[in-house]
Amino acid sequence: MTAPRDKLGRPVVVVTGMGITTSLGAGKADNWSKLVAGESGIRTITRFPIDGLKTTMAGTVDFVSVDPFSSTGLSERMAELVTQEALEQAGIGANGDFPGPLFLAVAPVEVEWPQRRELGRAVGAPDFTYDDLLRISGGGKYSAYHHRFMFGSVAAHLAETFGTKGSPISLSTACASGATSIQLGVEAIRRGETDAALCVATDGTVNPEALVRFSLLSALSTQNDPPQAASRPFSKNRDGFVMAEGAGALVLESYEAATARGAKILGVIAGCGELTDSFHRTRSSPDGKPIIGCMNKTLADAGMTPDQIDHINAHGTATPENDKMEYNTTSAVFGDLLQKIPVTSNKSMVGHTISAAGAVEAIFSLLTLEHQRIPPTINYDNPDPTILFDVVGNKARDARVTAVMSNSFGFGGQNASLILTREPA
Amino acid sequence: MTDTASKPGQTEVWITGIGLATSLGEGLDANWAALQEKRINVDEKGFAPFIVHPLLPVSFDSQIPKKGDQRQMEAWQRIGVYAAGLALDSAGIKGNKDILSKIDMVVAAGGGERDLNVDTGVLTAEAKGANAPGFLNERLMSDLRPTLFLAQLSNLLAGNIAIVNGLGGTSRTFMGEEVAGADAARIALSRIASGESDIALVGGSHNGERKDLMVLYEFGDFNLRDKFAPVWARKDHAGFALGSAGAFLVLESKAHAEARGAKPYAKLSSVVTDLARRKQGGDMEATLEKLWDKLPKRDGKGAIISGATGAEPATSEERGFLKKHADFPVRATGTMFGHTMETQFPLGIALAALSISRGALFPPNDTTGTEIEMQGAPTQIVVVGAGHWRGEGMALVEAID
Repeated sequence: MTAPRDKLGRPVVVVTGMGITTSLGAGKADNWSKLVAGESGIRTITRFPIDGLKTTMAGTVDFVSVDPFSSTGLSERMAELVTQEALEQAGIGANGDFPGPLFLAVAPVEVEWPQRRELGRAVGAPDFTYDDLLRISGGGKYSAYHHRFMFGSVAAHLAETFGTKGSPISLSTACASGATSIQLGVEAIRRGETDAALCVATDGTVNPEALVRFSLLSALSTQNDPPQAASRPFSKNRDGFVMAEGAGALVLESYEAATARGAKILGVIAGCGELTDSFHRTRSSPDGKPIIGCMNKTLADAGMTPDQIDHINAHGTATPENDKMEYNTTSAVFGDLLQKIPVTSNKSMVGHTISAAGAVEAIFSLLTLEHQRIPPTINYDNPDPTILFDVVGNKARDARVTAVMSNSFGFGGQNASLILTREPA
Repeated sequence: MTDTASKPGQTEVWITGIGLATSLGEGLDANWAALQEKRINVDEKGFAPFIVHPLLPVSFDSQIPKKGDQRQMEAWQRIGVYAAGLALDSAGIKGNKDILSKIDMVVAAGGGERDLNVDTGVLTAEAKGANAPGFLNERLMSDLRPTLFLAQLSNLLAGNIAIVNGLGGTSRTFMGEEVAGADAARIALSRIASGESDIALVGGSHNGERKDLMVLYEFGDFNLRDKFAPVWARKDHAGFALGSAGAFLVLESKAHAEARGAKPYAKLSSVVTDLARRKQGGDMEATLEKLWDKLPKRDGKGAIISGATGAEPATSEERGFLKKHADFPVRATGTMFGHTMETQFPLGIALAALSISRGALFPPNDTTGTEIEMQGAPTQIVVVGAGHWRGEGMALVEAID
């Protein structure tokens, strides 16, 4: 018998449906079997020419087709697929009538190069200025592009398709966005505003400019050959993250509402925490205090102590700085306990799904709890001697897992952590 | 389902800080004076045939002292960081490490400006025959400024506010055009009202002087052309004139404000939002009516501050809604400030709080009779924000008894 309220007297928030798409495939079953088998979804990019790029591989989702193609269109389509999967599992509401709000983590939207080039060609002259582009943009010929490139367009489409209630929120907290979407859903349920929330995170932005932008910030791995070996979290020879696409959806409900309708409970979002780092736009404060504070806030929010965490699903981007900082801060929080906590980075296989990562990794954490098996961190052949995590290297590990901490850190000082458990505490 | 109307037992939320940097000036006095004088700042030439409300230049140094910080931002971020700093000043918490280390931020943001020279450079070279497969890649690798990305990322407005002012609470960025500003206020209010948060910085900023944005809105024929007219007088000449503005608010629980002796401008009682399908005429008007009914009881001296854009059919639908509430004097911020997109709703709340604290609604500025004079001090102002394409929001700002 478990209480419907947590230690702080708030409604317990449970997960009753999950859907996922990554470069490994569509759906929980396919993703999980490949993940525990240590397969990589990273491949040489074929969607666009790679000539002149320093990084030529990514975790693209090429099996989802969108016509006409745009990154925002792909994000939308993947979000739709994972939401369908999550709703089928949850069996909540009616078709097109989800009984709660939508919180969507989505990459910032902008007009993309295919459309910009179409406009450039339409000018019909070899020399022109931006004013000429502006002059021919109106008249209704491109009205579909207005809708496509509104920041709110993906959320509006999902809200209309799945009948979520109220105003859908589109959010970005950079690489922590997926975790933030879950946090917003948890808070809405805890406040008693709703019994259910749909939290979706999606990112389909492997396009030339996005790749170049991260490349110019020296954030990406350039170990292009073989692509499957590029993402090397916690390894001495790690050299950056690998861009990837994917989406995750979670149906959250109050424990009370879920049990009242006899829903199968897949896990509990026991705690959420968030703490801003004001040190630098892309780097963490050298003392790690904001990340340490974020993890501690999350433990406090869950009403748990470090000894109750038995697995960490790391942010683990494989950038030289992130992994080192993540180890230092995690060891500050967990102390000697850390030696006994297996740590893994899903990004070794699926790459960094940016806006979707927090939700994708929360789902993998919940699947870890379900299967009592921790997916490996692949490409872990040359451990960084200064990172003393118990890394689940190269091979999945069976383990007793009752509570997972999942961390997400992003540009702009965004830090967010989640604690997921199998049963209400 | 997604209301934040204060419930019994929930804490009252006060507006204790307001920061404005707009086409009419910076700070509350300058904006208030311009409104009294019915002054409007439009540029009909610089982007002709399109019209913009340009930012009245400010000295960014006073709120962003490090030049290095300013260089890392594009205009939309500088405007926002500037206005956020003014809001912290106005709340009397600038430099107060105890409060700033825990303040929660909810920012409504679009994205940053593109480098137009890079874009046109690529397109014209392609028009002249450059067609090697890696042409775009090579040009972007060599021509894009490495830090431009950070000036474009939506969540880096919040990031820059945190860096410049040393904020260390939570930071959330909402996107989604006009209604993002309303949802930012809604979530911040509900978090404070429920006790999840004590104090929050909420707002947005927008640079309307951007041809790349005009291209996007021109796709839908939304830009106002040729001649300026008040928002309500654009029915046969529809469109919005983009405006540059930053508007930030400090929201605070009554107890937190009282404990530090902060003086409130007004109380934020409720924010409600929705997504009308807008498939047929009347959808949006019905949604606005529904939101109106969700607001707490209005029995005081009321007024409406509207963020109507001038775009159709949204503006006509909103006018239909307003006609049913014709006893409420209306003011359209779009006429005076232009359309500032994500910033319009926080701007509306700011002007409502300012009007309440100054004991008068600012005068009408309209040729159609939609806006009427108001005598006496308003005690309840409803802020209405209906997006040019999607999203509807409403807030109730009230005088504190």
